[in-house]
Amino acid sequence: MLLEVEDLHVAYGAIRALQGITFHIEEGEIVTLIGANGAGKSTTLRTISGLLRPIAGDIRFQGQSIIRTPPERIVKMGISQVPEGRQIFSKLTVMENLEMGAYTRRDKAGIAAAMEMVFASFPRLQERRRQLGGTLSGGEQQMLAMGRGLMSQPKLLLLDEPSMGLAPILVDEIFEIIRRINAQGTSILLVEQNAAMALSVAHRGYVLETGRIVLEGTATELLENPQVRRAYLGG
Amino acid sequence: MTSITRSLASPKVLLRAVAWAVYIALGVGILWGVVALVRLQGPVFFLQAVLDGLRLGFVYALIALGYTMVYGIVRLINFAHGDIFMVGAFTSFYAITQYKWGFFPAILLAMFVCVLLNVVIERVAYKPLRNAPRIAALITAIGVSFFLEYFTALKWVFSADYITYQRPFKVVVWNIKGILISNITVIIVITTVLLLLILRYIVYNTRMGKAMRATALDKPTARLMGINVDGVISFTFALGAALAGAGGVLYAIAFPQIVTFMGIMPGLKAFVAAVLGGIGNIMGAFVGSLLMGMVDVLVVSFVPMGSRLRDLFAFLVLIIVFLVKPTGIFGEPEVEKV
Ligand SMILES: Nc1ncnc2c1ncn2[C@@H]1O[C@H](COP(=O)(O)OP(=O)(O)OP(=O)(O)O)[C@@H](O)[C@H]1O
Ligand SMILES: [Mg+2]
Repeated sequence: MLLEVEDLHVAYGAIRALQGITFHIEEGEIVTLIGANGAGKSTTLRTISGLLRPIAGDIRFQGQSIIRTPPERIVKMGISQVPEGRQIFSKLTVMENLEMGAYTRRDKAGIAAAMEMVFASFPRLQERRRQLGGTLSGGEQQMLAMGRGLMSQPKLLLLDEPSMGLAPILVDEIFEIIRRINAQGTSILLVEQNAAMALSVAHRGYVLETGRIVLEGTATELLENPQVRRAYLGG
Repeated sequence: MTSITRSLASPKVLLRAVAWAVYIALGVGILWGVVALVRLQGPVFFLQAVLDGLRLGFVYALIALGYTMVYGIVRLINFAHGDIFMVGAFTSFYAITQYKWGFFPAILLAMFVCVLLNVVIERVAYKPLRNAPRIAALITAIGVSFFLEYFTALKWVFSADYITYQRPFKVVVWNIKGILISNITVIIVITTVLLLLILRYIVYNTRMGKAMRATALDKPTARLMGINVDGVISFTFALGAALAGAGGVLYAIAFPQIVTFMGIMPGLKAFVAAVLGGIGNIMGAFVGSLLMGMVDVLVVSFVPMGSRLRDLFAFLVLIIVFLVKPTGIFGEPEVEKV
């Protein structure tokens, strides 16, 4: 197992955002976490990345507990996150943004190779590599955010609502890219509100409701589940 | 439809017009002022004042950059920054006067001591307050400032006396068509420009500099990238202190009377310069400092009793900035993160 999350409790002061969630990701999988606003999806990702400390429970990456590991070590171990809202460094150029994604790496040749790979996947970023991140369009920013996340060559990529605010054609493109990244060997934890899209690329999924996992199964099972259809697929 | 758009647009247009009117008035005012000053005492006197103002401005810039970088990264106005500048001046005084060091080793030592001091201050005083309300850190900064001023004024530290600073070189003055330029000015300008070029290189071309800019823009995302944010903050305090330390040495060379309270006024003026340029903006701090240095010297040279009023004028500038453009010359309105 690549990642195991076990009975995870996370709170922001008095607000209990996660109340004991358990899930896992196998090597090579795309797993999706779907749920409405405020369900606790981003909180889960932030805790895996080490930005938040859980009040109870455990997270193990390749068998090793990481709940007390600082974020920079977690990136080094092979988990990288593409945060909600993209969070591009607006005053840094496209290339500098990518360099920040490779911040934990010291091998110049490896970084250059990773950048070549990102440019191959996102040719539009290469054309705009000297442009400031903040001047990119929403779709380009999402690509930059994903490229930045790939610069550390992670074993596990955490994606927080990559389709947010994008036109339907771009959403298709982004999901195609997610499939391709996965085909090249990166496991993915995909957080989405767009449940139909998420379940179309994922192998398995979990449904999160106010800090609890209420359903889990393979993507096909969830797509056919009447409860999921009613709540997340519009009928 | 059109009437709605028009009624929405017109106040904006009006505001723009008013802003331009203010800028044009300011421009005309400054031009008129320059002409009036030149006619008052002649062009040589005026140019001399401008030159001296720029020289002072270069020193202010070395302090203002630390203010602005630290503000950019932790949103703290580090009021103790002027006192770091003072420690730089005293360190070089001991190195030069007591141990007969030359200018270069002395300025390097001063920078090193200031870096050490500022990094320790950040760790001990500010870091524990990283998640506290901003006002807590601000009050702490004022406390640290008082501590540095009064602790160093103790008899067995630097003492509270005015001390005469021995320059590590002979002063040479050149007379170019009536305008006096000394080697002090040359040294100040060369040293400052050199340090600014190094700073520019660090901020824009090194891994650490890029991490600094990323951290200033967005701390949580910087952490997600694996940037050690605490390390970057320490580095920023170190960089600011190195510049302030060098500034202290240059200031003492230009005005060779040092005392533990010497950092207060240059510190405050550098702060005004940073605000004038747009706090958090490196280029702004530099331009703001040159302007503040000129305001300082022009007031002393032309306003009756100017040497007493110079500080008043500095704060007048601050008030005008807050009224006309609170974000400063190069500043952009801060976008609150949702
Ligand atoms: N910084 C914070 N401080 C306090 N409460 C927070 C904070 N961040 C999130 N919360 C709360 O925690 C709960 C879960 O939030 P979270 O951001 O994880 O939801 P989400 O599933 O990602 O929602 P969305 O789809 O809107 O992004 C919500 O009730 C939210 O109000
Ligand atoms: Mg979210």
